Amino acid sequence: MPQVSMTVNGRPIKADVEGRTLLVQLLREKLGLTGTHVGCDTSQCGACVVHVDGKSAKSCTLLAAQLDGANITTIEGLAGADGKLHPMQEAFRDNHGLQCGFCTPGMVMSAVDLAKTNPNASEHEIREWLEGNICRCTGYHNIVKSIQAGAAAMQAAK
Amino acid sequence: MGADGIGAAVRRKEDVRFLTGRGTYTDDISRHGQTHAYIVRSSQPHAAIKRIDTSKALAAPGVVAVFTGADMAADGVGGLPCGWLIKNKDGSPMKEPAHPPLVVDRVRHVGDQVAVVIAETKAQAKDAAELVEIDFEPLPAVVDSLDALKAAAPQVHGDAAPGNLCYDWELGDKAAVDAAFAKAHKVAKIDLFNNRLIPNAMEPRAATGDYDPASGDYTLYTTSQNPHVIRLLMGAFVLHIPESKLRVYAPDVGGGFGSKIYHYAEEAIVTWAAGKLKRPVRWTADRSESFMSDAHGRDHHSHAELALDKDGKFLALRVATVANMGAYLSTFASCIPTYLYATLLAGVYTTPAIYAEVKAVFTNTVPVDAYRGAGRPEATFLIERLVDIAAKEMGMDRVEIRRRNFIPTDAFPYQTPVALQYDSGDYFSTLEQAQKTADWTGFEARRAEAKKRGKLRGIGVSTYLEACGIAPSNIAGALGARAGLYEAATVRVHPTGSVTILTGSHSHGQGHETTFAQVVAETLGIGIDQIDVVHGDTNKIPFGMGTYGSRSLAVGGTAIVKALDKVVNKAKKIAAHLLEASVNDIEFKDGKFTVVGTDKSKTFGEIALTAYVPHNYPLEELEPGLEENAFYDPKNFTFPGGCHIAEVEIDPDTGVTKVVNFTAVDDVGRVINPMIVEGQVQGGVAQGIGQALLENCVYDKSGQLITGSYMDYAMPRADDLPSIGVATHVTLCTHNPLGVKGCGEVGAIGSPPAVINAVVDALKDHGVTHMDMPASPQKVWSVINGARRMAAE
Amino acid sequence: MYDFAYHKASSVADAAAKAKGNDDAKFMAGGQTLIPTLKQRLARPSDVIDLAAIADLKSIAAGGGAVTLGAMATHASVAASADVKKAIPALAALAEGIGDPQVRNRGTVGGSVANNDPAADYPAAVLGLGATIHTDQRQIAADDFFLSVFTTALNPGELITRISFPVPEKAAYVKFPSPASRYAMIGVFVAKTAKGARVVVTGAGNGVIRIKSMEAALDKAWSAASLDGIAVSASACNGDIHGSSEYRAHLISVMAKRAVAAAG
Repeated sequence: MPQVSMTVNGRPIKADVEGRTLLVQLLREKLGLTGTHVGCDTSQCGACVVHVDGKSAKSCTLLAAQLDGANITTIEGLAGADGKLHPMQEAFRDNHGLQCGFCTPGMVMSAVDLAKTNPNASEHEIREWLEGNICRCTGYHNIVKSIQAGAAAMQAAK
Repeated sequence: MGADGIGAAVRRKEDVRFLTGRGTYTDDISRHGQTHAYIVRSSQPHAAIKRIDTSKALAAPGVVAVFTGADMAADGVGGLPCGWLIKNKDGSPMKEPAHPPLVVDRVRHVGDQVAVVIAETKAQAKDAAELVEIDFEPLPAVVDSLDALKAAAPQVHGDAAPGNLCYDWELGDKAAVDAAFAKAHKVAKIDLFNNRLIPNAMEPRAATGDYDPASGDYTLYTTSQNPHVIRLLMGAFVLHIPESKLRVYAPDVGGGFGSKIYHYAEEAIVTWAAGKLKRPVRWTADRSESFMSDAHGRDHHSHAELALDKDGKFLALRVATVANMGAYLSTFASCIPTYLYATLLAGVYTTPAIYAEVKAVFTNTVPVDAYRGAGRPEATFLIERLVDIAAKEMGMDRVEIRRRNFIPTDAFPYQTPVALQYDSGDYFSTLEQAQKTADWTGFEARRAEAKKRGKLRGIGVSTYLEACGIAPSNIAGALGARAGLYEAATVRVHPTGSVTILTGSHSHGQGHETTFAQVVAETLGIGIDQIDVVHGDTNKIPFGMGTYGSRSLAVGGTAIVKALDKVVNKAKKIAAHLLEASVNDIEFKDGKFTVVGTDKSKTFGEIALTAYVPHNYPLEELEPGLEENAFYDPKNFTFPGGCHIAEVEIDPDTGVTKVVNFTAVDDVGRVINPMIVEGQVQGGVAQGIGQALLENCVYDKSGQLITGSYMDYAMPRADDLPSIGVATHVTLCTHNPLGVKGCGEVGAIGSPPAVINAVVDALKDHGVTHMDMPASPQKVWSVINGARRMAAE
Repeated sequence: MYDFAYHKASSVADAAAKAKGNDDAKFMAGGQTLIPTLKQRLARPSDVIDLAAIADLKSIAAGGGAVTLGAMATHASVAASADVKKAIPALAALAEGIGDPQVRNRGTVGGSVANNDPAADYPAAVLGLGATIHTDQRQIAADDFFLSVFTTALNPGELITRISFPVPEKAAYVKFPSPASRYAMIGVFVAKTAKGARVVVTGAGNGVIRIKSMEAALDKAWSAASLDGIAVSASACNGDIHGSSEYRAHLISVMAKRAVAAAG
């Protein structure tokens, strides 16, 4: 059984995993980080999106063993140590960008990557970026608004 | 209104936990010593089971147990019950074939539960599931409900439902309708299929059963919209566990849309297995399992005719519908195409005579039950398409024919010919407001501009009505309901003045923790940060019916108001004692009890403390404490309504249809939190646009599910949808104290016909008068291409 | 998924050595197709050999009339590469349109081309530009590479190391995504190259195909109008619930014209 070491939300961890263990299984089942969700089994819904070395990725489509030495950030690691919400989290709250909350962690992690990659994304670009994140509750209207506001707040905070 | 009282767009209390990954969904809960279940499902649409051999699976690594239907039957486990008895035209009861949690000798749809493998890890359970050997003897299958009614059709339940017929039901005055048709100036007709949908809440269903051998107590953690309903059905009918020994806990639930109302086999399987194994048994659906085991929605074939007089007034409506029930009756399946559908066929119009007949049919498909809207979208789509066709037949404007037939705003309460009595509404205002917002009059210029770009542009309108908060219990009971339709609440005031609300309603995205707190804040004059809302745990909350049919605020919110009234009344007595005044002279306002006409007052917090530290207290007349319960059974449904306008653009080369503008103006009664209402409507509209343009559950002729994943089932994504403009125009509900009507489903009910009416309008020069949903690129292209070919020939 | 032994290859030679003699071993590039396939239990490799640690497979270079992508270059890095955008903008745009952002952050050109999914985007560019596939053993011309569904000219254990795309005079890729999966239901890559026009279709059938009738028309005159009246036979296309073979055949004509127009 391979052993992996990685940094998760700033904390070094070590774990024994099977070859087939997915990153999301490591996060949820071994590390108790249940904020990252699994909404499908075809790598399409995006509820499981985390950051791997600063880039968004689907934790259901990565083997834990692949990520030896990687730096992982999950939704639990986004807010400040003092509990202060990340500007993107704040924007989702201000703009009612979530309802049931299940797609939300992946949506927020994907949105943060977009705001870093393309800080001034248009509505059209935001909608295209969200191709890999499915939400059934909001109709995306308020998610788009949230991401616009969150991206602006991230820029202002720089 | 306080800063966070009724009408304020307060940010949601629940959001911080969801945004920081600290929500607790069923699959987030781990129990010490837990095992993992994997359900072995049928690969066959219809087959007899000759033999099941579990020996190899049992010997596989980590396997704890393998159970089949025979094991459950041997323990006397009952079938999954149906909650509503529908009677046939002749008064005889509907057919209710057995629905065992694990089948015994026959499978009836792909995904039917055959066995459960329980192991130390989920991967081990899944590995071992492949080793369960099942000898199927395939039987012919039937998928389409019209095919199922044919004489030679395969029989899904044999003698338990001859001819695959569950029931043949009717509503309305047939003779009056026939008479009206006999003198009609024109008759508009439609044949339509309301497409089958798969609900797809983003959280897959999950259930964990737990059993404490010391106390004999069972706990079921489950993804449910109504934990008490599950406790009642599973405890009383399936597993025969006294309710005092059974706790059902539905924690954070990731969307429901109806699909998590029902009592599912897996809930009974894990609870029963936990009792057998004396260990927790945990199950979570893979999305592929959700596709083949969550109850589906819609799937109606209908023929309808509308009789009109020479002025375009509707004289009568005649509807014949065949509703697909799937392979078994899901919990509320039977009432959806009857009391939640045919009763809505008057819509917003004064049609004086209506007759509907509905046949419910078994097929070799996943059971069909309520999905967001539940019956009302089916009725609305039929009416609103038929009205457009009638306008064309009459050579009348689509809006004018609607206005001419609207129920006048001064005609409420209005009794329809299909049982319902509407209490309030103003269909003219919602229509006018929507037309103005959508710039209806400027449309032809936009159409011409689009034409220059090679695009076909169309506009469609839908003026709809729906019914929420199904009630009252006694009338529903007389019509076959096997449950009450009230809601319950407890208001618990703590000694220092903070408040906990325990509600029977369940929030799975609707934001009750905020909206309900706003209602309490408004009444008690305290901030919403002083108020917590508890739901979902049968060991904490009073016996409630949960959340479905947009009932939570109208029914559950009213129960809270009733309990609050009791709290305030008792608090006034305590205040009167402290202030040495008559209770009749005590006024409660802005969180203060004041002796009228004086400056003598006590705060709500002071009264609360006195109630729990009753040193200076009228103990002879009044019990200490400040906690009250209420059960509320509504007098009537509520009737939200409104107008949706969709504008579409079609690329004739590819058939791709884009909704370029969408306007919703809804009357949802009093708005407690406009931000949340807007979000609910937008989400509903997105599902409606999904049904109209994208979503479609497809089986092949043999009964295999073709759309078994997101690879084939087209879920609306962000770039499929437009911005969705939402506004409200309020008339108050007259029979609940908040004046609220409900907003959860209006979006999904009003929008599909608006979209399809727009598509048909865009294609009117191609001879199109109707298109079934979804108006997929391929379908639209085929129509355009067919018309082009015809023109060329 | 079934369990397997996981290995991290340190070099191309190491990867080849690890795969040698083991027909049940699988190379993993970005894993964005392989892992979903394993999750569905549609494949059962005994060993998975991860190529991610091989540094020299990630390079992106333009020069000498070609763009050369290391097999492990991610779609996101190709899409963002200033060199690629300048030399073959159609290639950068194609990469930008693959899957979703998360897939693009992990998925690689080598993985996509070696897998040869009949609805994948990259094979259309490889064939459309007449690229050369470099492996650890040889060079293979695009025209000889794609054999049929999920099948290529690669031998067992043979690894793509890089792919060289000759810079065309002009090129464009336009796709019509499936409404559900978002894979190409039809994608058309057109290129005007020194050796003539190329029109390549993905998504239609059992892999990428060249439409010679369209190429001939474009050789005569490079314009969308040249494709008027050139129909593709529906028999060349598969059908499913989202697109019949007739509809797909029609879309080939529409997308081809749009691609030519986009190429300028």
